[in-house]
Amino acid sequence: MHIVVCIKQVPDSAQIRVHPVTNTIMRQGVPTIINPYDLFALEEALKLRDSHGGKVTVLTMGPAMAEEALRKSLTYGADGAVLLTDRCFAGSDTLATSFALSKAIAKIGDAFGTPDIVFTGKQTIDGDTAQVGPGIAKRLNFRQLTYVAKITSIDLASRAITVERRSEGGTQILNSRLPCLITMLEGVNAIRRGSLDDALRAACSEIVKWNAADAGIEEITKCGLRGSPTVVKRVFAPTPRAQSAVQIETSDKTLRHVADEVVASILTQQPALELALSSNLA
Amino acid sequence: MKKELPEHFREYRHVWVFMELERGQVHPVSFELLGEGRRLADQLGVQLAGAVLGPPGEATSHAVTEAFAYGADLVYLLETPLLTDYRNEPFTKALTDLVVTYKPEILLLGATTLGRDLAGSVATTLLTGLTADCTELDVDTDGSLAATRPTFGGSLLCTIYTLNCRPQMATVRPRVMRMPLRTNKPVGRVIRHDLPMVEEEIATKVLGFLSDGKSETANLAYADVVVAGGLGLGAAENMRLLKNLARTIGGEYGCSRPLVQKGWMPVDRQIGQTGKTIRPKLYIAAGISGAIQHRVGVEGADLILAVNTDPNAPIFEFAHLGVVADAIGLLPALTEVFSRRLAPSRRVKLVT
Ligand SMILES: Cc1cc2nc3c(=O)[nH]c(=O)nc-3n(C[C@H](O)[C@H](O)[C@H](O)COP(=O)(O)OP(=O)(O)OC[C@H]3O[C@@H](n4cnc5c(N)ncnc54)[C@H](O)[C@@H]3O)c2cc1C
Repeated sequence: MHIVVCIKQVPDSAQIRVHPVTNTIMRQGVPTIINPYDLFALEEALKLRDSHGGKVTVLTMGPAMAEEALRKSLTYGADGAVLLTDRCFAGSDTLATSFALSKAIAKIGDAFGTPDIVFTGKQTIDGDTAQVGPGIAKRLNFRQLTYVAKITSIDLASRAITVERRSEGGTQILNSRLPCLITMLEGVNAIRRGSLDDALRAACSEIVKWNAADAGIEEITKCGLRGSPTVVKRVFAPTPRAQSAVQIETSDKTLRHVADEVVASILTQQPALELALSSNLA
Repeated sequence: MKKELPEHFREYRHVWVFMELERGQVHPVSFELLGEGRRLADQLGVQLAGAVLGPPGEATSHAVTEAFAYGADLVYLLETPLLTDYRNEPFTKALTDLVVTYKPEILLLGATTLGRDLAGSVATTLLTGLTADCTELDVDTDGSLAATRPTFGGSLLCTIYTLNCRPQMATVRPRVMRMPLRTNKPVGRVIRHDLPMVEEEIATKVLGFLSDGKSETANLAYADVVVAGGLGLGAAENMRLLKNLARTIGGEYGCSRPLVQKGWMPVDRQIGQTGKTIRPKLYIAAGISGAIQHRVGVEGADLILAVNTDPNAPIFEFAHLGVVADAIGLLPALTEVFSRRLAPSRRVKLVT
């Protein structure tokens, strides 16, 4: 079985600061990480490989430094890594990204064996769109299984797969066909540490680097800014609320008194609440 | 700056809302989007349409009635048993076919698991732009859709346009837009459409559905009152303080993200950018610092009460009422005062 996992290197957004005066993102010194949601996809791929045999190839599109994320994936136990990197990809929105990645996956198929499953994380923590996975599936004409919490079974002979998919208010049990694209839900498996062997292998493995031409992408106009129908016109900071909280004084008061005052204040500010709260209880 | 669209895009008119139906129910986000779509359609001087996709029967006819009641001028209806449960393949084909045939200039979907799954495939099939999780939609002077969404984990907002492609697509999370008023507008024009597809063409089959037990599904997004806790609550056992208060005032309980990561709370209780967006009448935040990723999920609340030991906690910048106090002590006190205040009838009964 050949599994391709798409990952993205993202800024660790917990550490992002916005410049207080210019309202721009201060990227300097912000560490990068593998998009945390992608790790659940990678882990699931590795588990499938461990039980069914085959290999896992990780793929990322990004700048040269995204190689770090791939090398990290190798230390977790991935078998091969492909970095898709070219200036012409700069400024890609989700449509252009899914185009480039799907081309690279087709090329990976030619070079290293046709994939049975392509995995992505549920979404990224910087873009947050959850659109690239479905985009890739559509372009490759793979069945699309999003928000997958569990892979129940895979039958390679009959090319069948059964998964549990999270939906509003419940879990769907779906049976589908390979090849398929799966976006993996977070928190559904425990991410492995990676063995010493893997770490040694990762350190000396070669990462395949492809530019657009190497990946067989001729239609450069479908990539990058030119291939992106969406355009960011304005970036701005959220407007702070004019007034900050009315503070309830607490000194020299028992908690009971404070609570009395808080409740009184809530009901004065929103008189309709008294009725709403009472009827909630009915 | 009026941009010149190619000839074949000029036929694209009207605003559409995808009416999300899953397991027979219209998702309330569809009504919220109709409210927003009405405003956009009025600004553009075009019609507002609902797109109802589902199996023939009561659920779809109910969705049609409700689409009109919440402001649609017309409804596109595609009924087939193939659309009984949500599956990507037939839904993508159905919605894509409708769009290609009737050409809306704006198409809005809820950013639910269903909406995001579908929107991504439809936009890619149509090779058009899609803006995810918008918090604000507007029509620019040149008539294009200005879709504003949080970026970089909510610390900034950006406004995105779809140039040179139609339709302009956007998803919006539940509870971000206001619920419009329901009217008794009668059912108007319904345009029926067929799906040229047979079951054999669809590789994906639904084998079953495990509904979340009533007790486990937090209907946080639509609760009137939400009591939430953060790391300031200190320990898993203090979760009962939240639950007690929530139960006393008939609300739901929720939490900030670290509590989910610690395993103190299930993931469907998380509020914020990567959790739920809520819009309650009253939001009580106990021991929550008010990080931007949390803030974006609660800003729509009518009244925010923050309890935090740190007078400089960012939550006080957007709360309406603030108390600098130990939440572990104040939560039980609040529970007691509320129960006294809200249940006078019960008390009278006890006395007599
Ligand atoms: C990509 C990304 C997505 C995220 N998504 C979300 C999200 O959806 N939702 C979310 O909530 N967070 C999210 N976060 C995390 C967010 O950045 C914050 O880390 C988180 O909200 C902080 O949680 P907290 O306020 O409970 O904890 P802390 O920041 O640790 O704050 C605890 C607060 O409790 C106060 N306190 C301590 N003791 C007491 C006491 N006894 N009584 C009262 N107050 C007390 C402290 O003064 C402090 O203000 C996300 C982060 C990232 C990077």
